[in-house]
Amino acid sequence: MHATPALILLIEDNPDDELLMRRALSQNHVEAELVVAHDGEEAIAYLYSQEMQQGPRPALILLDLKLPKVSGLEVLRRIRAHETTAHLPVVILTTSSEERDILESYRLGGNSYIKKPVDFAEFSCVVRNLGLYWLELNEPLP
Amino acid sequence: MNRRVVLLVEDNPDDELLTIRALKKSKMLNEIIVVRDGAEALAYLFGESGNTPNLLPELILLDLRLPKVDGLEVLRRLRQHPRTKLLPVVVLTTSDEERDVLQSYDLGANSYVRKPVDFAQFMRAIQQLELYWLVLNVAPPVA
Repeated sequence: MHATPALILLIEDNPDDELLMRRALSQNHVEAELVVAHDGEEAIAYLYSQEMQQGPRPALILLDLKLPKVSGLEVLRRIRAHETTAHLPVVILTTSSEERDILESYRLGGNSYIKKPVDFAEFSCVVRNLGLYWLELNEPLP
Repeated sequence: MNRRVVLLVEDNPDDELLTIRALKKSKMLNEIIVVRDGAEALAYLFGESGNTPNLLPELILLDLRLPKVDGLEVLRRLRQHPRTKLLPVVVLTTSDEERDVLQSYDLGANSYVRKPVDFAQFMRAIQQLELYWLVLNVAPPVA
């Protein structure tokens, strides 16, 4: 149905987690192109690059909270403050279950907060459902 | 103790029936509260004057075309009130007008889902919704 696969932006500094994400996406046949930013600064540089202003926007942003340079919450704040990205779906995907992180994520406009399971089978199931929900069920911004 | 409530804001009796049927199919013991117009939704969430407010839902499924107070206005008021401003709200509607999608996100909806016309697809969509928001998603702690 899609002419080009949807773009998922993963903001994640841990290379193991990046690998697991790639594996889970392919295992579940989630049709998406994965772009990875390895810290908050890289994410922001990518989102506001020239090519991003012209090309397709990410259909989903998966955001870790504990990131080098610019924290995940700060990245989220900037995403929501900027006109071109204000309405993009942002799902916080993190190992943190601290109440403060959950609260702040919603306060800053995160669409959803998901605690990363440690077990790969569970993680894979989460990724499958993330794909089904945000790439197929949810209606993106026109 | 852990009463998990879903608030369904829906004026169409057929859609109400289907949604409830789909929600009940899963094994999760959720209480489904149905309100049939925007005014009723606001009354449920904020309480009638003087009454103790009701238990806050873990998820709100919000139709847009509603009698009395429309869905977007319900959403606007929800987001203004400290008690309800972080509650997960999924707009669930037949509308595919760009303006509705845009305004819903503008007003802070967590997600926008168009109701599938096909019965089986409708059931699947509701179950997918339920799994996502009640099992996978971590809802904000209620103040």
